[in-house]
Amino acid sequence: MIPYALRRVVLAIPLLIGITFISFLVIHLAPGEPVELQTGDLGVKSSAQSIESLRKLYGLDQPLYVQYWSWVTRLARLDFGRSFAPDGKPVLQKIGERLPITLFLNIIEMLLILALAVPIGVLSATRQYSVFDKITTVFVFVGFATPDFWLALLLMILFGVQLGWLPISGLRSPTWEFLSFWRQHWDFLSHLVLPIVVATFGGLAGFSRYMRQSMLEVVRQEYIQTARAKGLSEQAVIGKHALRNALLPVVTILGLSLPGLIGGSVIVESVFAIPGMGQLMVQAVFSRDYPVIMGNLVIVSTLTLVANLLADISYGLVDPRIRVGRRGRS
Amino acid sequence: MNLRVRDLFFLLAFLPGLSGCGVKVEGKDDGQSRAAGSPAYGDTFIEASIGDIQGLIPNITSDSASHEVGGLIYDGLVKRDKDLNIVGSLAESWQLSRDCLTLTFKLRKNVQWHDGRPFTAEDVRFTYETMLDPKTPTAYREDFLAVTRLAVLDPYTLRIGYSKPYAQALETWGMYMLPKHLLASYVHEGRLREAPQNRRPIGTGAYRFVEWKSGERVVLVANPEHFEGRPYLSRVVYRIIPSQATIFLELKAKGVDFAGLTAIQYTRQTTYRAFEKAYVKYQYPSNAYTYLGFNLKDPRFADRRVRQAFAHAINKQELIDGVLLGLGREATGPYKPETWAYNPDVPRFPYDPDRARRLLAEAGWKDTDGDGILDKDGQPFAFTILTNQGNEERKKVAEIIQQRLREIGVAVEIRTLEWASLIKEFIKKRRFEAIILGWGIGLDPDQYEVWHSSKAGPDELNHISYANPEADRLLELGRASCVREQRKKHYDRLQEVLAEDQPVIFLYFRDALPVVSSRVRGIEPSPNGISYNFIRWYVPKERQRYTAG
Repeated sequence: MIPYALRRVVLAIPLLIGITFISFLVIHLAPGEPVELQTGDLGVKSSAQSIESLRKLYGLDQPLYVQYWSWVTRLARLDFGRSFAPDGKPVLQKIGERLPITLFLNIIEMLLILALAVPIGVLSATRQYSVFDKITTVFVFVGFATPDFWLALLLMILFGVQLGWLPISGLRSPTWEFLSFWRQHWDFLSHLVLPIVVATFGGLAGFSRYMRQSMLEVVRQEYIQTARAKGLSEQAVIGKHALRNALLPVVTILGLSLPGLIGGSVIVESVFAIPGMGQLMVQAVFSRDYPVIMGNLVIVSTLTLVANLLADISYGLVDPRIRVGRRGRS
Repeated sequence: MNLRVRDLFFLLAFLPGLSGCGVKVEGKDDGQSRAAGSPAYGDTFIEASIGDIQGLIPNITSDSASHEVGGLIYDGLVKRDKDLNIVGSLAESWQLSRDCLTLTFKLRKNVQWHDGRPFTAEDVRFTYETMLDPKTPTAYREDFLAVTRLAVLDPYTLRIGYSKPYAQALETWGMYMLPKHLLASYVHEGRLREAPQNRRPIGTGAYRFVEWKSGERVVLVANPEHFEGRPYLSRVVYRIIPSQATIFLELKAKGVDFAGLTAIQYTRQTTYRAFEKAYVKYQYPSNAYTYLGFNLKDPRFADRRVRQAFAHAINKQELIDGVLLGLGREATGPYKPETWAYNPDVPRFPYDPDRARRLLAEAGWKDTDGDGILDKDGQPFAFTILTNQGNEERKKVAEIIQQRLREIGVAVEIRTLEWASLIKEFIKKRRFEAIILGWGIGLDPDQYEVWHSSKAGPDELNHISYANPEADRLLELGRASCVREQRKKHYDRLQEVLAEDQPVIFLYFRDALPVVSSRVRGIEPSPNGISYNFIRWYVPKERQRYTAG
């Protein structure tokens, strides 16, 4: 097991370098460069010299391979560089400012989805073609088909404008710092209700379908018949024997969505004015802020590789057949 | 040039008495209490901003949000008053020598930085040197290159010399002054962007910095020590809301006090009673115009008759009515109507498709093969208009123009491109036939960079390669004088030349459509917009909404 994991880790290094190289190339191939966007605001005087001096300042006058080499060597020392934006912040600090809120939202969203999708999936599988199953099927299709931003705006109009129960956007009220300790927390949480509802609604549809599908397959297996035959209660059959096995593929999907946890949803973040990772990345792309884009990509691709690795290893841990097979090979 | 950038987005001028451009003070039943409330300190003013600020040293940023926030934290030596005259800010007075070559500033003596250190002429010299330093990543260096020497005579007196008259000399000194005691080492090491000042700025301005949460909000508090008096509104919160739809919903829920509306929101979606009671709507022409530009290197467009024909074929009022719902003004040239440099007596090109066809026929464009498209030497008259993605307004303008040109036998395709690609791959490389874009104009009429034939290089702004010796001469004369009457003469003639030539078809100036919470008083619309006297805005005690602070 351990040598296998080690080999995978070693193999991941060239893979990561390959990913960064291709991303670096593609991003620099995209037309437009950061200096133009800083000086090219039409109506602002910008001379050819000031554009040239900015280019020099950011090292953009160097050939691409020189730029890549200097970026990689700095990265090897875990130096992600500084943003090209006029705030000049280190990339890691920029990401650090945005990551907590995205992570917090996504983890809550993921837990909610799991807590809702598993029971929904199980119930609609065990009562296939019942009224409940049909209702959830319709619900799922509606969920798939509803654009996030549209649902978000509708909820904002209802709860924010018409009823006035919840704040519309942002994370804190304008007078947040004058509230008492507990009111501050309540204020913050109330700002999160709508974004979490919208994000959960979108994700719930897919997950409950996976769960239903996986459960349907499992309940047709022979060992479920055996369990029933041995006189176990229906609760024990479904809850203990079927559910455990049905959860396996869902856990895999969950593992693969790990990198998505830090990615952040651009649409939800923009509509609700939440300063998260999605917005950071989009702004970086539009302003061609290469260090921030690359920093983001490195972190996300590293996490993807780690998630893949963990998924493979955990397969081995969970499923004895795979473990035996690998042992044989390594 | 800070004034110019701010002008573009912030100090928008309101012009009274123009057709359809009067300020509409909605919610008239509220007029009684509006007059009653007396000025009081307090309350929080919440502004919505669609983009995050780029940094807190506006001298090195070029986005409107940074300049808006920066304008409250920092001061320049001079500023524009409500009638667009240049008046002293950090400077108490100044003298410009008769030959326009020497400018002497007397500074205010009682000014302190927010950290208590006195503001002196050394700070001015430092700001000037910072702007010139090649390691400073600024887009506003150009303005300071005209200065030949700067002498500090005493801590409150400065003398600035120019080698030749520079019309914008005075306006240049509206640039935000930076504190030497906090920034000197960063500037010398070329690390200005990294200075703590860029995150927690110390200025001289009416508001002190409290907090900047990246992507979320910027908070400022009133500076009671400000040399123009303590501002009435105690706190200003800029909320960064990247979605126009969300800003609008926040307005409806009274979550923000100040935001700009779109034309459709202004005319259709905010006419119900509750909204009109909660907000006052303003309307005035913005400092930017939209144009249809041609690549004058293209032989088809190099012929002036073709451009004049197009001008006759396009109905500007139709564009304003159809796209802006009437909330804009026809442009006859690159200057805003009712400003001092504007010349109303220039050749105009009323909508007249027959005239357009005749002009094209004179230029040799005839429909010889009867397919409905004009042709010349066997080539049909067909071209593509480029514009930037994400701007619905320009796209609609392009579609209406496409239709109108089709009617005179010219086939037009429309292509929209992402901003950065459009600029880099098409505009800079001159790979375009026609473009629909906009120009922001400053309060000074000098537009040398846009129209002078020497400014047609790849990184320069004369994208259309316009070259007219007379226009060149007028632009040179106009910027080399510091007497307004003389300059006016040159710019009047320049507008005639441009109108005759139609190097671009000047379409319209759109209106700025801000709304401000009706609890805020003291707003006096003027040729300089509404924001110029922000520190005198107030909320009467009984209507203050956010008691804290």
